[in-house]
Amino acid sequence: MNREKKVLIYGYGNPGRRDDGMGIIITEMIEEWKNEHNLTQIDVDSNYQLNVEDAEKISQYDVVIFVDASQEEDLTNFRLVEVIPNEEKVEFTMHAVSPAYIVHLCQKLFSKKPETKLLSIKGYRWEFQEGISDSALLNMERAFIFLQCQLMSLLDIKFSGIKCN
Amino acid sequence: MSKKITIEPVTRVEGHGKVTIKLDDFGRVTQSRLHIVEFRGFERFVQGRPYWEAPVLVQRLCGICPVSHHLAAAKALDVVVGAGTGEGLTVTGEKIRRLMHYGQFFQSHVLHFFHLSSPDFLFGIDAAPELRNIIAVAQENKELAYQGIMMRKYGQEVIAATAGKKVHGTGAIPGGVNKNLSIDERDSLLKGTDPMNADKMVEWSVGALDFFKHYHKNNKDMVDNYASFPSNHLSLVRKDGALDIYHGVLRAVDNEGRRILNDVDYQDYNHYIEEEVKNWTYMKFPYLKEYGREKGWYRVGPLARLNVCDFIPTPLAQKEFEEFKAYTKGKPNGMSLHYHWARLIEVLHAAEVMRDLLNDPDLQGDDLVVKGNRQSEGVGVIEAPRGTLFHHYKVDDNDLITMANLIVSTTNNNEPMNRAVNATAKAFMNGKQEITEPMMNAVEVAIRAYDPCLSCATHALGQMPLEITLMNAKDEIMDKKIKG
Repeated sequence: MNREKKVLIYGYGNPGRRDDGMGIIITEMIEEWKNEHNLTQIDVDSNYQLNVEDAEKISQYDVVIFVDASQEEDLTNFRLVEVIPNEEKVEFTMHAVSPAYIVHLCQKLFSKKPETKLLSIKGYRWEFQEGISDSALLNMERAFIFLQCQLMSLLDIKFSGIKCN
Repeated sequence: MSKKITIEPVTRVEGHGKVTIKLDDFGRVTQSRLHIVEFRGFERFVQGRPYWEAPVLVQRLCGICPVSHHLAAAKALDVVVGAGTGEGLTVTGEKIRRLMHYGQFFQSHVLHFFHLSSPDFLFGIDAAPELRNIIAVAQENKELAYQGIMMRKYGQEVIAATAGKKVHGTGAIPGGVNKNLSIDERDSLLKGTDPMNADKMVEWSVGALDFFKHYHKNNKDMVDNYASFPSNHLSLVRKDGALDIYHGVLRAVDNEGRRILNDVDYQDYNHYIEEEVKNWTYMKFPYLKEYGREKGWYRVGPLARLNVCDFIPTPLAQKEFEEFKAYTKGKPNGMSLHYHWARLIEVLHAAEVMRDLLNDPDLQGDDLVVKGNRQSEGVGVIEAPRGTLFHHYKVDDNDLITMANLIVSTTNNNEPMNRAVNATAKAFMNGKQEITEPMMNAVEVAIRAYDPCLSCATHALGQMPLEITLMNAKDEIMDKKIKG
């Protein structure tokens, strides 16, 4: 088992806005799973949205996986992509800074560049209610298993009962 | 041909809005308006829900200042459960809430100054757009950007320790709080490893003020004259006249400093305040009933608070307050960019208050909740970072909410923000036939001073390019530009 790598799973969104809460819920599921198996290399965090102070947070990790709900039309269920630091794109509101912005800020201010990925999960409903829609729930459950597999591969560990392709 | 210029949304302002500026045939500004895109309907959504859910439910409104809504709702429901209005809680209950609130205040103001406004001060209003962001600040002044981030982080940790968690915190409940502050939590905030401790936050707050004052000294004409206009000012104050952002009485002063609302109980707010609806925007325009729509509008937020209060009850902030008041010879200050000055004095005050509270053993008390005779109605008012925030609920015999009315800080500042846009448009756009990037930013600078929270849309819903539309008198689009 690779004990050296420190991994952060960071979910964000508003659980009071239906499917927007998937990032937070996945984080809670990972926390439960890591506690069950004493996976001390994994930390979890969550918030309504990313903000500038998260640049300092991610500077403490080797690997960071952000988890977020997505409205992207070309997304069918979920997708994991590498986050490329972006110094050109400037968000219009600081309440919605992007993972790319956070990684870039981390490099500039803390001289660290963790391996950073974004797990986007397709959502469909965004009204002022709690509860994930049925369609999004299916996507989230698949994404959770996928994330477990990613973490097992990353940390070189295996658990029976989780089937990874 | 007359023109209408639309700037949408306003950059580096939370949420989104658009600015419309009408020019006549000679390029003179004839009308300017700030249109707020605000979610309407949340109040209806709360109806029918058990009252004790409200302090958590209302956090759905806003991921930027959820603590303000959480505490305003809890204060209103204190009244409903018979725990009184702000002063009826246990000592521990009130102080934990105060720590939560000052922590939020601190991190919100810090975000605004360091990350939204400091680019304007470092690079100038007419700087290239690619410079006006925190990345450029970090390249120009790494220490300033670093301090901003760590101060934000500190405030967030205060919130997490007192509210229980960062998302949908549950710390405040009707009648009190559901947890105290443990010794470990206290020590990590009070004496944490440098820089994450209370003393460093005070030190850096002083530094931020010095940064602004240095800029002000070298740019006095611009800072003093930018969107400057007289107004009334409204805020909570402690009963002895001290600045108090958690609890107090409602006071308003006019532009000469005369009291026009004299320390009234906020349970009766709707006796004194009315909201006007206009056909061109969803956002209402509040005003003091007694003075009418034309004369009764007011400012709220940092500038208003320092214009309304008599003193600040912490020593370093009080010293800065005296300098601030002396600048206008004790008269209310109507200079929009002085919001930044006032905001930074409040940052220092919040840092001092947090340090004092963390040294107070009452935070480790176990007496957390009080209850009394159940009431059917309650009003909670708090000074949110952006200004006075009202929550009003009615509850039936089945404990279900039957009515909710919220007046949020940004709504209270609707009229002054519109006036600030108008003043800036006239200063920068009269006689111009084309709108340039520096002109656009000039308008945004005026709005940003008020730190509006325009929508509270979540990030998933908030993908917003900057759209600039040029229209003629017939509302035909003459030109459209999209930034980003």
